[in-house]
Amino acid sequence: MPEHSEHIVSPKIYFTIFIALVIGTSLTTWAAFQNFGPFNIVIALGIATAKATLVVLFFMHARYSVGRTRLVIVCAIFWLAIMLALTLADYQTRQPRMSRLVPPAVFYRV
Amino acid sequence: MSQTQTLPTRSYEMPREHYLNSSYGIRSWLLTTDHKRIALLYLVSVTFFFFVGGVFATMIRIHLLTPEGALVSPETYNKLFTMHGVAMIFFFLIPSIPAVLGNFLIPQMIGAKDVAFPRLNLLSWYIYIIGGCFALYSFSTGGLDTGWTFYTPLSSIYSNSAVTPAVLGIFINGFSSILTGLNFIVTIHTMRAPGMTWFRLPLFIWSHYATSLIMVLGTPVVAITLLLAGLERMLHLGFFNPAMGGDPILFQHLFWFYSHPAVYIMVLPAMGVVSEIIPTFARKPIFGYSFVAASSIAIAVIGFLVWAHHLFMTGMSAYSALAFSFLSYLVAIPSAVKVFNWTATLYKGSISWDAPMLYALGFIGLFTIGGLTGLFLACLGLDMHIHDTYFVIAHFHYIMVGGAVMGYIGGLHYWWPKISGKVYPEALSRFAAITLFLGFNLTFFPQFILGYLGMPRRYHSYPPEFQVLNVLSTAGASILALGYLLPMAYLTWSMRYGKVAGPNPWPATGLEWKTTSPPPTENFPVTPVVDWEPYDFPNRPDLGLTPGTLAPVPGDD
Repeated sequence: MPEHSEHIVSPKIYFTIFIALVIGTSLTTWAAFQNFGPFNIVIALGIATAKATLVVLFFMHARYSVGRTRLVIVCAIFWLAIMLALTLADYQTRQPRMSRLVPPAVFYRV
Repeated sequence: MSQTQTLPTRSYEMPREHYLNSSYGIRSWLLTTDHKRIALLYLVSVTFFFFVGGVFATMIRIHLLTPEGALVSPETYNKLFTMHGVAMIFFFLIPSIPAVLGNFLIPQMIGAKDVAFPRLNLLSWYIYIIGGCFALYSFSTGGLDTGWTFYTPLSSIYSNSAVTPAVLGIFINGFSSILTGLNFIVTIHTMRAPGMTWFRLPLFIWSHYATSLIMVLGTPVVAITLLLAGLERMLHLGFFNPAMGGDPILFQHLFWFYSHPAVYIMVLPAMGVVSEIIPTFARKPIFGYSFVAASSIAIAVIGFLVWAHHLFMTGMSAYSALAFSFLSYLVAIPSAVKVFNWTATLYKGSISWDAPMLYALGFIGLFTIGGLTGLFLACLGLDMHIHDTYFVIAHFHYIMVGGAVMGYIGGLHYWWPKISGKVYPEALSRFAAITLFLGFNLTFFPQFILGYLGMPRRYHSYPPEFQVLNVLSTAGASILALGYLLPMAYLTWSMRYGKVAGPNPWPATGLEWKTTSPPPTENFPVTPVVDWEPYDFPNRPDLGLTPGTLAPVPGDD
């Protein structure tokens, strides 16, 4: 078989993944109407990530791809991680709002 | 030990068939998949946008001749600097060297017949044109007044100008950039000629490889960010508007995640051009090939870790600002590696002062000034003083115009004999290069002083004590304009009336100089086999260089 030929995926697998995605979408919709407090975003992002993983692995054939293609995907995810991590580094380490409104001497004395 | 002219006096004849005369008619150009013809399509298109952006710049400089503003209303002034930025950055600087010189040269430099995906290459040009039409529509139906940075919530809520078409135009244009980058990466990986190993690649290829990585990894982020701003404007979804639960600083984070590396999309290819020109006109192998190659990749990678130095004054975390300040200093290291290595290549070289060399030397000087003043801005304490002043304007024009545009025009001069098969007037080309250099410095150096004295950017008026420096800057801009118009005129003239160049007029060592000028459609009649090291002038008898014209071998003196 030539190296670059496409891996053939059975309709059964495609259908199973499709059903999983539909379930994921339903879960997202259901979760959007529940209040999990601080876990609202975590749950929504968790379901979305799981769905995206299924799409990449099966619909985009990453599961059957050569190493170089997988490396490209890993690099893209790594770059996304850089963006998220360094952006969140700002949000997570900001001083309390008071520190920018109250003169430093007063703030530190408190 | 130095000479003033390298172009040969020997007369050549144009090849019988080449890519320019292989087929005729508008259809043969608009449906071409030849990377060289697509490069020329891009050349015409980016020159058009350079002209559009240049007209806006001219109006800005005329307006700033007097403290109260000489030409337009404050609202129109806001539109002028915005449209100048959008036209120049998204539609000229980013595509200029990669899409014109990169498209033309990458397959030839690696010994391939074309890029890996020729149709995708043509598609990228059409996407660029569609994006450009959206931008022109925005410019001509009310204009755009948000600044090229599109900061929210001004762009998404409050601006009354034509933001939506501009944002859509840039979103669409992003796909052109992604396709070009993708094409280059695959081409460089898979289509190198036999013997063309990674460490025999010209440094122009290394810099374009690094540029392509940024294009593919960064462009989607700015595209989606601008789309989100557009959605907030059109559908009132709250992404960035605090009144709707959004966060305006998030827009700045996402925007600069691409737009700072975009500076390296502009300057890395110019560095590649300079790395080709310097050895050719010093007649020496480049000093530290592997370091220059690796520094391109290092700039691309570290360039992705510095973006928040644009946000120091937004109230971001002090700890985060400290980290970004440190990372911003880091990117200076690979940039300095390049500058030192180019300088070391010049040392004891057999230097000739042809126009491409003048542009390359100009690049080194101006990029160094632009880079070092970038360190001023990376310094947290100093940035508070000069943030959003003309110091910033001067700094990034030294990088983008003094660096990227000098590299682009230098590259056009260097490869023009290959592109057109003709030679341009030598004396005039040197005069233009010197005019451009002097005009550029007179335009932008006063802006460093203006900024340090406190003149803010994007203001339509200024205190009277700043007038002398502003008049100097405007005077410089008129000289600079002459420096741009001259090459446009004589390069166009030379296509018809110039002397025939011959295959390797300088002569240079790259594979692209092994084929005819202009090259045939398939670049090489037979796939070349590479059995030489890059820039190895002393061991290339085929170039016909006499020992007197070569740089002395170290130790001989």
